Amino acid sequence: MAVKTVKIGLEVHCQLTSLKSKLFCSCPTDYRGKPPNTNICPVCMGEPGTLPVLNKEALRSAIMIALALHSDISRFTYFTRKNYFYPDMAKNFQISQYDGVGGAPLAKGGYVVLNNGKTVRIRRIQLEEDPARLIYEGSIDTAPSALVDYNRHGIALVEIVTEPDMSSPEEARLFLQKLRSILEHLGVFDGELEGAMRCDANISLEGGVRVEIKNISSYKEVERALMFEITRQSNLLSRGIKIARETRFWDERRRITVSLRTKETEEDYRYFPEPDLPPIVLTDEFLDDVKRKLPMLPDERRRVFVEKYGVSEQNADVLVSDKALADFFEKCLKHYDKAQELSSLLVGDFLAQLHSLNMSIRDVKVSPSQIAKLLKLLDDKVLTGLSAKTVLREMIATGEDPESIIQKKELHRISSRDMLTELVDQVFTMNPKAVEDALVNEKAIHFLVGQVMRMTRGKADPTLVREIVEEKLGKIEPNRVG
Amino acid sequence: MRPLYNSAERIASAVENGEISAIELLDEIFERIKAVEPKINAFITLAEDKAYEKAKDIDQRVRKGLKVGRLAGVVVAVKDNICVKNVETTCGSKILKGYFPSYNATVIEKLDMEDAVIIGKTNMDEFAMGSTTEFSAYKTTRNPYDLERVPGGSSGGSAAAVASGEALLALGSDTGGSIRCPAAFCGVVGLKPTYGLVSRYGLIAYANSLEQIGPIARNVRDCALSLSVIAGYDPRDSTSLTVQPKDYLEDLNATYDLKGVRVGIIKEFLAEGVQESVASKVLDTIYSLEELDASIGEISLESLEYALAAYYVIAMSEASSNLARYDGLRYGLRVSDQGLNWGRAYAKNRRLGFGEEVKRRIILGTFALSAGYYEAYYLKALKVRTLVLMDFQRAFKEFDVLAGPSMPTVAFKIGEKMEDPLELYMCDVNTVPANLAGLPAISIPCGLSEGLPVGLQLIAPPMEESRLFKVSHSCESLGKWSFTLKP
Ligand SMILES: [Zn+2]
Repeated sequence: MAVKTVKIGLEVHCQLTSLKSKLFCSCPTDYRGKPPNTNICPVCMGEPGTLPVLNKEALRSAIMIALALHSDISRFTYFTRKNYFYPDMAKNFQISQYDGVGGAPLAKGGYVVLNNGKTVRIRRIQLEEDPARLIYEGSIDTAPSALVDYNRHGIALVEIVTEPDMSSPEEARLFLQKLRSILEHLGVFDGELEGAMRCDANISLEGGVRVEIKNISSYKEVERALMFEITRQSNLLSRGIKIARETRFWDERRRITVSLRTKETEEDYRYFPEPDLPPIVLTDEFLDDVKRKLPMLPDERRRVFVEKYGVSEQNADVLVSDKALADFFEKCLKHYDKAQELSSLLVGDFLAQLHSLNMSIRDVKVSPSQIAKLLKLLDDKVLTGLSAKTVLREMIATGEDPESIIQKKELHRISSRDMLTELVDQVFTMNPKAVEDALVNEKAIHFLVGQVMRMTRGKADPTLVREIVEEKLGKIEPNRVG
Repeated sequence: MRPLYNSAERIASAVENGEISAIELLDEIFERIKAVEPKINAFITLAEDKAYEKAKDIDQRVRKGLKVGRLAGVVVAVKDNICVKNVETTCGSKILKGYFPSYNATVIEKLDMEDAVIIGKTNMDEFAMGSTTEFSAYKTTRNPYDLERVPGGSSGGSAAAVASGEALLALGSDTGGSIRCPAAFCGVVGLKPTYGLVSRYGLIAYANSLEQIGPIARNVRDCALSLSVIAGYDPRDSTSLTVQPKDYLEDLNATYDLKGVRVGIIKEFLAEGVQESVASKVLDTIYSLEELDASIGEISLESLEYALAAYYVIAMSEASSNLARYDGLRYGLRVSDQGLNWGRAYAKNRRLGFGEEVKRRIILGTFALSAGYYEAYYLKALKVRTLVLMDFQRAFKEFDVLAGPSMPTVAFKIGEKMEDPLELYMCDVNTVPANLAGLPAISIPCGLSEGLPVGLQLIAPPMEESRLFKVSHSCESLGKWSFTLKP
């Protein structure tokens, strides 16, 4: 299949998870895990006669985001009603913002630079209320009914809309990762919380039309959904079938997109200024104050890691792409000053072990000082690199000290020449064919060393083992003819 | 004392002094309700138990010598679009049948703090859309002066309750004249406060940017007293003004000198369509203020020609969105349960739940906000609104208060204008300008025309309610009108 030019734009919805209350009422934001429809009040339920009151902290957080994304913030902005009948909105309209007649979004323009160097432009940033959650029995296209849980309804959402600047599903994922890291560095967002970042994507292939995909629940899903959609659309195009301009729904369980509705006409949301909330006038003093208090952001932090600590650019990229990881790195650095070695351990074995344990950096039990201890043990040649992986895994899972793990599992490095010579002898006896090969083939030497490592479960000093093997081979060689 | 023949102010002090108990007063009121309510139909719901409970509590405190509020024992009727906790609140609509709010409107809390006794919820045009109270889904309220005539609207039940002595005070809401119109038709005093002076929290919205809750009373002093209680900043209403509470009675004296007060008659308020007898009664009253040394002049506000059209576009647009929430899913009428096809269920609930006039306004408002029409209707209406405001600002450079008839006619016959919505909309021509501009406006009775009350409307600059009360009170002091119980 010929690779076609792909254009991807994202509409990302991020909950401002650090707020204490919802966007327009005083309901708390920790709705997760609560029984359905218990995190509600007359205001967010749109009961007759109730009125919204803007959470000022939400406004401040949204402005921080706009500043961090280099957006142009409107000095005069207001909320707009987006009218549509749907059970996820208790009032059958959403208090949102709008970039058009009847609206004035919080910020326009801006950009994000991805880890691969690409710049993705931002179209607009706005503040709005989160819809309720609809729960379908089974799949959306076959469910006989839906349940509505309003617990989430009214949580502050920041909507970030990009230009269609991404050209692959991978770039879409990189964008969301970068965005997440920026938001986490701002302290307004926790991407670990389920459903805190959701997005819709629009994608068009060369020769096709724009298709929207709704209900993408995370940055892990975005790549899958877009990949599916590219395959689907290229198949259609290669068979000469026209692609319908439509909205599709990403079914996470079945990992396919399903058609929701074809877009023959634009929906008419009848936007008009929200009469219950006065317009917001942002002064330079206020914006300057927010700007002054802006924390360090990933790009700046990466620079510090590289220039001040001497971390390689590749490692720094990985570290700052997750605020928790970067924070952990800096904490470890207080106990261990070889920054590059430390960063390599974290972005390498540490992340690999987290991944295989299916854990998040936020769940690890190991402390920064324990990581430093492990690195020192490696420096002091108390254990081998191979054993270090085993120890690290155990540390992450249990929080136990490296020394006690080494003790318990007898992982001390074996560097006794006598002991290793004995083992090499055994290996030579057991593998005469390999010994013969080793005289002419470098790979066979690896094999012999590997056998010793296996016998010691990785504890042998590999350099020393190799030395002994080569020595022993050298003694054999002169006896050979030809 | 004969409580029914006394003002709210006098009753409150009598209750405080132990001259009369709150319970006795309530008994009298219920006696009166029994006698006249079958003819008047002012109430949708009576909250008898709740009222007696409150009265009992007040009496106990009086006996113990504890402090009671400024409205101690005063019986207040509340329009049915203002939420009272656990009292059915229908907005005059079938779609809210069975809706019991889980909270109190801010004004209700304030009344309660001052020991008013809330007696029930009054009839109104459905969702406050109307000028006669005939568009109520429940009953037709009758004018206490002539039972064959409308009480005005949409706060018709509240005005009729005060006029007939079923309550000593009432709360109404005024989106385009809904307090001043029935006040004028029923011979009582009604005030629409400055936009933002009284919290709208708990007022079921018709058109948020235009409406205010306001008092309806027998006389100007009671009206001023009521406003003192319900006005003030409310953090739950973002459009509420940050002003200090004020005692509006303080500025009212027994005798008046209006020297230096300039009263401007708005010429457009006396244009074609205004009954001659109404115009002459109103002008007589205005010119009689010269006796108190006020100076009287005339002014033309040209933008008022477009005010009515702009008002209806804005009100209907906002209404079309405000009323979207009534779908039967969470509260109110639910006749249809159609599983995932909620679109059809909503349509059915709304078709059966809303009356004709409400549907008409929702459809017109939806149209006005639609893409392609938004600029031509809604945006243009907003521009007219700005022009009206500017015209008033200009007028207030020349005059301290502006005056004219509240309504172009006296109360008309029930059913007379039901056939022609446009003719009904025209009734609001003199009242909507104050809503568009957010200005305080009062309607006070100024005489009878063929046995029916005529209302004089006075309009002041923002936050100048005191000025309105002072001029209104002066009119009263001339002795051309005094409150009499009807029927
Ligand atoms: Zn809430």
